[in-house]
Amino acid sequence: MNRKLGLPTLAAFLLIALHSATAQDGDLRIPKIVEAGSSLTIPSSGNVDGVLYVVGPGNVLRRPVRPGESVTLEAADTSNAGHYLALLVAGSSTQKAEFDIVAARQPASLSFLAKPSRLPIDQRDGISGVVYVFDSFHNLILDPSQVSFHLNAPDGAKARTATTHNGVAWTKMDSSAKPGVVNFQAEVGGVHETRVVQQVPGDPCTLRVNARQAGSRITLETDPVRDCHGNSLPDGTVVTFTETKNGAPAATVDAPLKHDVARTEMPAYPGAVVSVALGVAMGNEVRVGGAR
Amino acid sequence: MSTKSAGRAVLLAISLGVVTVGLIAIGTIWPGKSVLATAGVSQRRLIYPSTPQASVENLIGEIGRHEWQDAYSNLANKSEFTEPEFVQDLTGSHGGLRTYATLAGYDISTQHASADKAQVRATLRWSTVVDTFQDVRDLNVVRTDDKWRVAWPIARQPRVAPQVIPVNYLRWDVIFRGAGDDWGAQDVESPHVRIVDMHPADRASQGTVILGELLNEDVVPAYVTVKATLLAKNGSSLDSENAFDKMSHILLPKQITPFRIDFPNVRLSQVDSVRMEPSSSLVSASADPVVEIENQKLHPVPDFSLTGDLVNQSGQAVGIAHVLATFYGSNGDLLWVSDGYADRALLPQIPVPFTVSVPPDLGSKIVNYRVIASTYSENRLQ
Repeated sequence: MNRKLGLPTLAAFLLIALHSATAQDGDLRIPKIVEAGSSLTIPSSGNVDGVLYVVGPGNVLRRPVRPGESVTLEAADTSNAGHYLALLVAGSSTQKAEFDIVAARQPASLSFLAKPSRLPIDQRDGISGVVYVFDSFHNLILDPSQVSFHLNAPDGAKARTATTHNGVAWTKMDSSAKPGVVNFQAEVGGVHETRVVQQVPGDPCTLRVNARQAGSRITLETDPVRDCHGNSLPDGTVVTFTETKNGAPAATVDAPLKHDVARTEMPAYPGAVVSVALGVAMGNEVRVGGAR
Repeated sequence: MSTKSAGRAVLLAISLGVVTVGLIAIGTIWPGKSVLATAGVSQRRLIYPSTPQASVENLIGEIGRHEWQDAYSNLANKSEFTEPEFVQDLTGSHGGLRTYATLAGYDISTQHASADKAQVRATLRWSTVVDTFQDVRDLNVVRTDDKWRVAWPIARQPRVAPQVIPVNYLRWDVIFRGAGDDWGAQDVESPHVRIVDMHPADRASQGTVILGELLNEDVVPAYVTVKATLLAKNGSSLDSENAFDKMSHILLPKQITPFRIDFPNVRLSQVDSVRMEPSSSLVSASADPVVEIENQKLHPVPDFSLTGDLVNQSGQAVGIAHVLATFYGSNGDLLWVSDGYADRALLPQIPVPFTVSVPPDLGSKIVNYRVIASTYSENRLQ
């Protein structure tokens, strides 16, 4: 589109300014509102050759006009919605008209912004969706449209509707109590877009470590780590084991969860105490040689 | 200027020129021995091993110039080990820090000597882009055939017994949105990270220091950085720095890293407020390897330091291990963050020692500490 701008545009504007300052010889007969993608016929009534200029947002058209013939703008010429000015210059006379090209009524595509792509479960109004409705020429449809939002959650589908204002509609929805991948869909007039939202478990509810001594080593293993809804925390979540001897740390391991459980080995210092933590959440302590 | 003054100036200039040329000549003919170790000039032609010290200096010079064959062939005990074992003792293996190190200098001191035997302590100073480290060796030097030869105290690297170690930890890969996607198309969310502790300190030698801890509270791995900007009372920026290598940049889910940001040219009294900017981005990472940090010990002043051993609990060798230690006071307040590197690669189950230095003035205040290790191998970030 930008390729059409530049010197021709400047020349057209200069021409318009010139004719606006000199002669105003009547109006062209053009509908005030034209739907994008419609053909538009502009009649002429002069008796000498002329030139038709159509100035719109982002482009300028120039068509030669023979006396008494009309000019037809094809669908491709009327694809951009916006306010237009038409000028027919023939000899010393100028006819003009202003008209609007508006978006087609039928939606053809949606821009669907769903955020966030990942969030903890059970978050009130945690998921937001914003929809922009466009016609087939990618003009924003400003007329109100009904938008349906569907959240295909593991514990049941949720739906909301919203009406567009100035081409945009939005909603907020709660994340469900079950983790998993959720399809978040927006639909307008048979056109739909889907986004994926990952619902992840919350913080651990309890954290407990068990110890088993084998010679000079101690094997440490947590109970299955779950959030307060009973959901397993994701594999790879780091659990920190710290062994303290005589009040000072003596050994540390950051071990990831695998199938709900973190497991590691540490030296079995007599009388040492092993503690466990996950992020900023602390678990229990065990004493080497006797549980706590 | 008078003629007399001008004459004095010319005389002074000539004198300075003569002295300079003389010093250059002296430095060229009798260069410093430590400098020779890293210079391209062969030291053997200048120093003959007619004394234990000269023999050790010869050997160190050959080590510095990577003349392994010459160094090995002159050893008194070369029958005890092979040349590759000798080279590996000095340069490490598996992409460890020693593999990238160059000999920056050395010190030697004779512990005791007789007519046929001597013991010389050699302190080799190695330099890398991330750290420097010392290698202290007590060398027995023996006299045979009227020549002094060094018996190298080989530190054989333990070998891992042949075995199968199953490794099935999680790995995360990321698919980002493409350049051609619509502006409304969804992208993956950056990991959520949070500063859980932050403490500014005024240090006599380091200026203003920002200490803190950063938590990855998400369920995906994060590449993290922390930037701090010191603001004056009028709101202007005094300085802005980031933590560079005083933090672990890859955090697995729920992992915490300490960070330290130094502002050597700003005093804390100049600072009105601090703007902290933690940032994170998604990164492909693996939950493997798991590194155990054992035998941790805080040594008292004057050798105030934290030492320990790193044990790779996984099956794949780790090239470089970076150790970060956080020190806490009596109320759990952050006192200091130090770091250090293990100079050898971490082979499975083989302990590798590390040392982290701590400012001596904090000796009486430290009551607790926490150590983490991040790892780097040539073929992966973590």
